[in-house]
Amino acid sequence: MKYVSEFRARDLAEKLAAQIAHEVRPDRTYHLMEFCGGHTHAIFRYGVQDLMPENVKFVHGPGCPVCVLPVRRLDDAVELAEKHGVILCTYGDMMRVPGTKQRSLIRAKADGADIRMIYSTLDALKIARENPDREVVFFAIGFETTTPPTAVAIMQAETEGLENFSVFCNHVLTPAAIGHILESPEVRDLGTVKIDGFLGPSHVSSVIGSEPYEFFAEEFAKPVVIAGFEPLDVMQSTLMLIRQINEGRAEVENEYARVVTREGNLKAQSLVSDVFELRQSFEWRGLGEVPYSALRIRDTHAALDAEKRFTVSEKKSREVKSCECPAILRGVKKPTDCKLFGTVCTPDNPMGSCMVSSEGACAAYWTYGRFRETAKEAEEAAA
Amino acid sequence: MCLAIPAKVMALEAGDMAVVALEGVKKRISVALLDDVAVDDYVLIHVGYALHKVSAEEAERTLALMAEAGVLKEELEEITGGAA
Repeated sequence: MKYVSEFRARDLAEKLAAQIAHEVRPDRTYHLMEFCGGHTHAIFRYGVQDLMPENVKFVHGPGCPVCVLPVRRLDDAVELAEKHGVILCTYGDMMRVPGTKQRSLIRAKADGADIRMIYSTLDALKIARENPDREVVFFAIGFETTTPPTAVAIMQAETEGLENFSVFCNHVLTPAAIGHILESPEVRDLGTVKIDGFLGPSHVSSVIGSEPYEFFAEEFAKPVVIAGFEPLDVMQSTLMLIRQINEGRAEVENEYARVVTREGNLKAQSLVSDVFELRQSFEWRGLGEVPYSALRIRDTHAALDAEKRFTVSEKKSREVKSCECPAILRGVKKPTDCKLFGTVCTPDNPMGSCMVSSEGACAAYWTYGRFRETAKEAEEAAA
Repeated sequence: MCLAIPAKVMALEAGDMAVVALEGVKKRISVALLDDVAVDDYVLIHVGYALHKVSAEEAERTLALMAEAGVLKEELEEITGGAA
């Protein structure tokens, strides 16, 4: 329990750990999937796994928007910047993700493409205002927290009559991915993982509310606890999941009630539904095609849809051979199961998206987990 | 990119914009996603937009955690580096 000293509220962490140890049943295992990359990061940073009994396992899910974007969409963005000569704006996380032949946005930028890293869609609008003679495309990625700001930008551009602004939309939906992990035949073929319950995302839920998860609880009999980002939140939520599993309950509980409500941010939801509609299907890295799992821009706003304004060529996109990101994103494999991990693939030279984003499981393992893993293996070998 | 950082609203401006104070830095953000923001409220900011209101205690808790986890400086740099 050496990591417990890193907690601010050490006493509370110790009490929670003791309570969890007291309540777990020794005759069963508890596989808990955290969907949100923020939770993955917190679990590694604070060594939460080390505070758990042996039979409580965290399974790292596909909850990082950078990690789940398929290579083809990234290749399309590179093409928009290189062949169509647009000013391509995107969040910093996307810059280093390798596309086909290791080509990333940062490499395209170094080769002369006009790619700008922005913090906010407000910055993209500003760039469009300042460059009326250029086409400005916002390469939009993210889950439900990042989608409302894109909707506002589209509305704002329309109000202002900014004709040189458009959005390449790659926004994806959390509940659809969770459902897919639980039921799709493809995932079963590709290999699946036992999941007894979910730690629900916090900030995503602050926008969509906890209500969308009630379906899983009812339909798949899996408990969901919406968990805050703090490590103590993760531990408290774990305890709540263990209690539900022990009692045979499958409900949506909200550990993060100080921020998340059942209905979420209704104004944000209404803006999103004014601007976007469901795509019938969208490809996720690691999950393949997932029905109704992403958004596209409604026809009423078609003028601002980069997919309609520009044509990108049909091309063969390819991920790096032997990169295990897809299996890691499904929780089927651990980063250390990948041949590339820590050898050719490091945060300085990432081969896959899970090593790029700080919320990716590989980057988290690299930063906080790899020494522990090695020590554990050595211990086991010696025993 | 999933983190949201709490800040205090210092002034409201036209066009659903507001000025917030973040660890001594002032920043213009959008409050278009919230209906009833007032000066002195604390809001959680994600990619330049206030996502929801939080209590002063929650804001303090979150900032302390982010500082401890070593991500506060990084987030602040990203926020203040933006063009808006």
